[in-house]
Amino acid sequence: MDWDWDYALSIAPEMLTTGLKVTLQATFAGALVAFALGLVLALGLRAPWSGIRGPVRLIIEFVRSTPLVAQLFFVYYVFPSALGISMSALATGIVVLGVHYAAYTAEVYRSGIDSVPKGQWEAAVALNLSRPRTWTSVVLPQAVRRVLPMLGNYLIAIFKETPQLTLITVVDILGLGRQLGSENFRYLEPITIAGLFFLLVAIPASLVVRRLEHRLGT
Amino acid sequence: MMLSFTAPGPLGTAAEVLPYLLDGAVVTVKVALGATPVALALAFIAGLAGCSGSRWARGVSRGYLEFFRGTAVIVQMYWIFYAMPALTGYRLDPVFAGVIAVGLNLGAYGSEVVRGAIAAVPVPQREAGIALNFGPVQRMVRIILPQAWVAMLPPLNNLWIELLKATSLVSVISVADVIAESRTLRNTGYSPLVVMTLVLLIYLLLALIITLIMRMLERRAAHRVGREPPPLLPRRRRRRPPVPVRGEVA
Repeated sequence: MDWDWDYALSIAPEMLTTGLKVTLQATFAGALVAFALGLVLALGLRAPWSGIRGPVRLIIEFVRSTPLVAQLFFVYYVFPSALGISMSALATGIVVLGVHYAAYTAEVYRSGIDSVPKGQWEAAVALNLSRPRTWTSVVLPQAVRRVLPMLGNYLIAIFKETPQLTLITVVDILGLGRQLGSENFRYLEPITIAGLFFLLVAIPASLVVRRLEHRLGT
Repeated sequence: MMLSFTAPGPLGTAAEVLPYLLDGAVVTVKVALGATPVALALAFIAGLAGCSGSRWARGVSRGYLEFFRGTAVIVQMYWIFYAMPALTGYRLDPVFAGVIAVGLNLGAYGSEVVRGAIAAVPVPQREAGIALNFGPVQRMVRIILPQAWVAMLPPLNNLWIELLKATSLVSVISVADVIAESRTLRNTGYSPLVVMTLVLLIYLLLALIITLIMRMLERRAAHRVGREPPPLLPRRRRRRPPVPVRGEVA
């Protein structure tokens, strides 16, 4: 069996529109959750009270050491019966992706916060800025700027994890490819198109991130 | 026979499903242990190629890295298992396909770790090797790699856990790992809460074992290059207070 161009061209438009719609939606929404929650967790790691720091560290370690699929299944199948919370498959995917990667971005933010020189904190004290003001106008703007490229890398990582959402019945580019493959008994073309889609988005994106790294001089 | 008399409730269910999940966990461990040498070998080959003087070797290493970092493991697994047979004419064994896909993928990430650690060995170490009339291979094996190895181990710990997590996808190509077992149990009507909690705990335990093994390796590697070995269990990290001065300035 060889590559069939007619078949490939006939399914490509449908696959790419799904890919752009569902995959990118899951990516950006998941990243939004991850970046926001990651910052909260990072601040939790720097909390003055160890009763917050300890649990936050435990949550981060737990989320990082268990696979995304297991977490997806847990939230998708357990939450509706045990907690009475039921979400659509895509919403579940976005939340789980967001929480999973928040555990990673928390470390990123933490490294950014740690890299803000001590003099900046002292200057904020000298200028009589309040604690919240010190964080929002002195520390975080510098910390986040430093870690932007790393966050960009995680955005690409989230993008590449989205096909796992097919396992909880989300029809993204891979899910559609599987469907088309089983309908036509030809997997070669749909799976290859899905793979190329990821390559064609991820490689230019990682070049952009690398350029960003150079511009920010990190 | 005995199972029908086990205690009711979540604990009874746990006792019933655990043997199946442990069967699956054995498969997960097998796939992970199979993929580890593949990933490690590829990481070293591509990592060393990445810091070689030859433009060709660097280009091939870069291409391998970008290709496998650019696509998702699950897509690669599908491709190797479902799409490749259409081109080559024969289908790989599912476990083997899973080992290859995970190994190729994590090998790509590992090559960056190897390259970075080698590049981070101070240049004077290299120069000292030249001054002592060591050949290039001797320099690499006797001077650079032992030191780079110390720097590599902590990131490799993370990558090994990532590898374990990546093996959770082999169920999509019909390998009966712990995730596949959990799906079967769920479909037979066992409480998803109990089944999935056990699955998460199994992965957590495996990740802890990986971290312990890596800690021991780190201690040995540090000892061998004459550095103070890091503690086996993480010492309570002394934290600086969040703000140097507590913000109370009149």
